[in-house]
Amino acid sequence: METLLDKARAWVGKAANAPTTARDPVNLPMIRRWCEAMGDTNPIYTDEAAAKAAGHPGIVAPPAMLDVWTMAPYRPGGRTAEQGFEVLNLFDEAGYGGVVATNVTQEYGRYLRLGDLVTMSTLVSDVSDEKKTGLGTGHFVTLAYEFTNQDGEFLGRETFRVLKFKPNIPDTKPQSDTKEKSDGTPEFPHPRPAITHDNAFYWEGLNQRKLLFQSCEGRLRHPPGPMDPVSGSLDFEIVEASGRGTIHSFVVMHQPRLPGFEYPLPVVLVELEEGVRIVANMIDAKPEDVEIGRAVMADFVEVEPDYVLPAFRFA
Amino acid sequence: MTGTLANKAAIVGIGATEFSKESGRSELRLAVEAITAALEDAGIDRSEVDGLCTYTMDNNPEIEVFRNIGGKQLKFFSRIHYGGGAACAPVMQAAMAVATGVADVVVCYRAMNERSQYRFGSGYTPPPVPNAESAHYGYYVPFGLVSPASWVAMAAQRYMHETGATSEDFGRVAVACRRHAATNPYAWFYQKPITLDDHQASRWIVEPLHLLDCCQESDGAQALVVTSVERAKSLRQTPAIIRAAAQGAADDQQMMTSYYRPDISRLSEMDLVAQQLYDQAGIGPDAIRTAVLYDHFSPFVLPQIEAFGFAKPGQAKDFIREEGIELGGRLPVNTNGGQLGEAYIHGMNGIAEGVRQVRGTSVNQVKGDGHVLVTAGTGVPTSGLILGNA
Repeated sequence: METLLDKARAWVGKAANAPTTARDPVNLPMIRRWCEAMGDTNPIYTDEAAAKAAGHPGIVAPPAMLDVWTMAPYRPGGRTAEQGFEVLNLFDEAGYGGVVATNVTQEYGRYLRLGDLVTMSTLVSDVSDEKKTGLGTGHFVTLAYEFTNQDGEFLGRETFRVLKFKPNIPDTKPQSDTKEKSDGTPEFPHPRPAITHDNAFYWEGLNQRKLLFQSCEGRLRHPPGPMDPVSGSLDFEIVEASGRGTIHSFVVMHQPRLPGFEYPLPVVLVELEEGVRIVANMIDAKPEDVEIGRAVMADFVEVEPDYVLPAFRFA
Repeated sequence: MTGTLANKAAIVGIGATEFSKESGRSELRLAVEAITAALEDAGIDRSEVDGLCTYTMDNNPEIEVFRNIGGKQLKFFSRIHYGGGAACAPVMQAAMAVATGVADVVVCYRAMNERSQYRFGSGYTPPPVPNAESAHYGYYVPFGLVSPASWVAMAAQRYMHETGATSEDFGRVAVACRRHAATNPYAWFYQKPITLDDHQASRWIVEPLHLLDCCQESDGAQALVVTSVERAKSLRQTPAIIRAAAQGAADDQQMMTSYYRPDISRLSEMDLVAQQLYDQAGIGPDAIRTAVLYDHFSPFVLPQIEAFGFAKPGQAKDFIREEGIELGGRLPVNTNGGQLGEAYIHGMNGIAEGVRQVRGTSVNQVKGDGHVLVTAGTGVPTSGLILGNA
């Protein structure tokens, strides 16, 4: 039985479709638009005098526009059957619906000049074996274009390679934050805070290893909020706390156990000497040594790159 | 002072599904079953329901419930936030709706597969878009303080420090609830009492909380029917008159982590609820014969005993030891077994027990004609009810 690959390879060396002639000759408005879009300011493409000074008979087109002139008209829904390539249609029909351009090379005969009317002829030059790629399984198809003008003069050629592929089926397992480390053990991201307009300064301060609090008329407050509850003011200063404090209360977590934490896990509520309280973990502290009233000093732990949390040590 | 909400409305029907660990059916079906049972209990036709009220945490939209029960015209629907702190507030809203003529028959419901489909105890998962509510959890969750038990434990530790209460004092709450559950056939822990030694030997969840300080996780539904006291007179059940209903949030209130108020061993929000309830009902603690005190975690039962004036601040431990919170004591607490013993239906099952105590039909009936106190979630913005006979 004739396979898909047999059918596709029968095209190799043959014209892929009928030659295409440009709808407009090489012209200055198109060149100008293309140069603007590309940011190409070379004056030989838009200025007669500059072109002549550079040894050209007149304005020339940028060489990379070689395949622009014969491009298929824009059409909602894609190309018509006549504009398409039957060799590629074979793959679509067989379920290789994906297409992505993978390589383009161009070779130039001469600069295109205003008035050249370009015709493109296309040969199928190669069809690869089936390949497994990151996008999916498919075949690379190479097309060879040759460009001539209304006088049959050779202008240039291009090879254009596409991958026709069956897309890989996306992983339909439930989304999870679980990642795999190289040794196969799961790696869990540390729980992250929700950052809002009101509390961003607090978390940014921690990244700079500072314990920052809002202060209004000398009153510090925590957790952060937009309004000073006493004065009703929306204005506030940000002040840095010393980090000195005492344990106001604490717990020792046994359940539930989050990945990345060591259990039993002490969690402390510390009253800082400035009068505000915050919750944090301890560093170098055995759970049995944690008690209400003990003096502690703030430190900082970078749990992930650019993610710093406060933590306390016994003072 | 007698508030205008007092004595205007009554709970005239109660209904529930079985309480289990895996209901095997949808939460919506649980809601519909409980509501139907409550309406049958009241002797009110489903088509007469014109108000529905539940918690924001309930997954069953009022309109889904309403179309399923064959409702005709829904005139009042509202929801209360803050988890179990809601518990008594749907009844308060129902009473307000009835008292103002907004609705005639309001059903309050809570239906959940909290054990089989999701578990509150497994930790907080933030929503994708930051807001003030998710920002709140950022001050705790990154440090592993992720569960309701852990948030409560922080306050409990300080309460122990301030008052001298011990883990055994918390354990006495669990023992009382389990004793009451042991005689309640609807309780998950029917015929399974525990001793204080069992409590002390149970594993740590979050120190200072043992496993047996923590309520169950349950599947099930509870519904209550509220209507006017006038309508109640012609219905088949003894009405539980809503003597008082109140909500409270106070003193730099946070959701479970009010760690920034001067005294974190107090439940300032429950102090506020207690004051309003007593003012509204025109009574004091001496007129309360039994109470359903929210017991998701045993330690918070102690400051509730203080908030309602049964003991002075810091002396709930002495009240429990000397006056007693078990059947036969001064204030039998959670005669259905509470959420530690019966089921965790977010406090609404406790209101049903309050109604049974008023009717005189509790399996652990407390004699006398005093009032019944019911409270909602602790450590959160909360609510409460005082129920009584006509």
